[in-house]
Amino acid sequence: MSTTTPILSMRGINKSFGPVHVLRDVNFDSYSGKVTALVGDNGAGKSTLIKCIAGIYVPDSGDTFFENAKVSISGPRDATALGIEVVYQDLALCDNLDIVHNMFLGREEKSGPTLDESKMESMAKKTLDGLSVRTVKSIRQQVASLSGGQRQTVAIARAVLWNSKVVILDEPTAALGVAQTEQVLKLVRQLADNGLAVIVISHNLNDVFQVADNIAAMYLGSMAAQVNKSDVTQNDVVQLITTGKAEKLAGLSK
Amino acid sequence: MSEQMTLDKSLRDWWSRVKAGQTGALPALLGLLVLCLVFGSMSSVFLTPGNFANLLTQAAAVTVIAMGLVFVLLLGEIDLSAGYAAGVSGAVLVVMITEMEYAWWIAFPVSVLVGIALGGFIGYLVAQLHIPSFVVTLATFLAFQGLLLLLIGEGGTIRIDDPVILSVENKNLSVSSSWIFYFLVAGSYLASGIWKFYRRRQAGLSDNLFKFWLIKALGIVVVGAAATSALTVERSNNPELVSLRGIPYVVPVILVLLVAATFVLTKTSFGLHIYAVGGNAEAARRAGINVKMIRIYSFMICSGFAAIAGMIFVSRANSISPTTGGSSTLLYAVGAAVIGGTSLFGGKGKVSDAILGGLVVAVIDNGMALLGYPAGIKFMVTGAVLLISASIDAFSRRGANTK
Repeated sequence: MSTTTPILSMRGINKSFGPVHVLRDVNFDSYSGKVTALVGDNGAGKSTLIKCIAGIYVPDSGDTFFENAKVSISGPRDATALGIEVVYQDLALCDNLDIVHNMFLGREEKSGPTLDESKMESMAKKTLDGLSVRTVKSIRQQVASLSGGQRQTVAIARAVLWNSKVVILDEPTAALGVAQTEQVLKLVRQLADNGLAVIVISHNLNDVFQVADNIAAMYLGSMAAQVNKSDVTQNDVVQLITTGKAEKLAGLSK
Repeated sequence: MSEQMTLDKSLRDWWSRVKAGQTGALPALLGLLVLCLVFGSMSSVFLTPGNFANLLTQAAAVTVIAMGLVFVLLLGEIDLSAGYAAGVSGAVLVVMITEMEYAWWIAFPVSVLVGIALGGFIGYLVAQLHIPSFVVTLATFLAFQGLLLLLIGEGGTIRIDDPVILSVENKNLSVSSSWIFYFLVAGSYLASGIWKFYRRRQAGLSDNLFKFWLIKALGIVVVGAAATSALTVERSNNPELVSLRGIPYVVPVILVLLVAATFVLTKTSFGLHIYAVGGNAEAARRAGINVKMIRIYSFMICSGFAAIAGMIFVSRANSISPTTGGSSTLLYAVGAAVIGGTSLFGGKGKVSDAILGGLVVAVIDNGMALLGYPAGIKFMVTGAVLLISASIDAFSRRGANTK
């Protein structure tokens, strides 16, 4: 495993919904400047783990460390305050608003009682430029007129606008074509290169191997292994996802 | 050369937005133009200054209701009882002034507060209890009608003779005040727009829409000047006996409401949040917006506008009656908002569009009455125009979605 200390570290996380034990003693780490892919079959607990990080669920037991300090995230606002942002699969954009307004929705910049449009537009522009986004014609166009990849870009840009430290992307390429997937993966890489800790949930192992530094595989509610990409092959990861173990990793994981 | 290029570009930008379904006020504007030409060629009275002033006062109350409805329509909701909210508030105004002998400046604010309270009640039921607004306001449509009857009591109609209230629909600014008013409005409109673009340039942001805006703004200013000069012409049949010149008082009233509502919708985060809730309520909720309160406030604003419309109804009729705000009032108001370009699906619309739509509705009403068509034909034509605008809305949505 990496020698640097993780910015976000979950230790021994348990979560049950009634009789269903969804997360069992899950350990999970995320590093600044690295893309951590979270993989696993449907129902393995990926979404639940993400929601525990985002403050939507509160773990029944276990510890969360953020920048080496123990924290308790008991609501989405706590997560936001720490600098954790989530981009959900359905993106949650307002089609009828332009890119700037979508990026600032709920956190508008104001001068006095009125919106500070110039400031918001400049900040939005700077953020998009910082992400090397050049596919958007005008940041004053309505989101309705954007392609799927561009919409994903806007959602991601919104997440990093706030000097966030950890960005979680839920299946960012699920609904995209080949060219747009490429575009979004480049953006994901760019985020990490800008120093953010990026967590990507994905079902597509090609994408994972293209973009991730670090792969965390979940199996039936437990963390099967969190490994460096360079230590494994796609086959090993498939084994981890489907059986929860890989012979080759017997000594390596946990 | 390069200036020509940027103008060309901004026009092309605009045209591509129109093609993408963001038609804005264009259909209503064209419709208004065509209607005026048709009625003007068929009736010798239609294009006279007297009829023009008449048209404005006729359109006023429905237009104000439509302006309020825009707030609710933006959320994708509807308020079917706005007409009777106007009636109830008007009744409160008249009863307070005539029977309880309050001054107009106490009675009018109270009547508006009553309107806002009615809207708060509707908004609570819609936002908190999640009853569809169509059902809630269908119920309040009946209930407010009952309230109106109870307030007016046995007599049926109550006359009012408060000079201030009556002046709104029946008196005009003097000729010189009319022009002062015009130059104030036109001047501040141009100045605020230029200031906005100046600030953008200062901040280093693109301003390729400036030329386009300037053409539009100058067009509005010229039309305003034409309207003002038409309204300052003597329009009394008997000028020695009583002179009738100047802008009707109700015009500045509507303009103040327009500026206030447009400010709220376009310059404040509250306004932005209304558009956001109308566009994608779930996204708005996740962005930390209090969707419930936005809904409740919007219904309050809608009914507040209706209350002001109630005052205008009272002023125009010199009285309140059990049918004030009833019959076709609400349908005309919804029609006005939709004809102006407000989407019934939520998220799209402007308060200024409601004024344009209100004028279209009033022009049809007025023009067909002048031509002597029976009320039946009038209703059918208005219905057809509403249907056409709703289709434009639906088609433009499809155009935007299949892109």
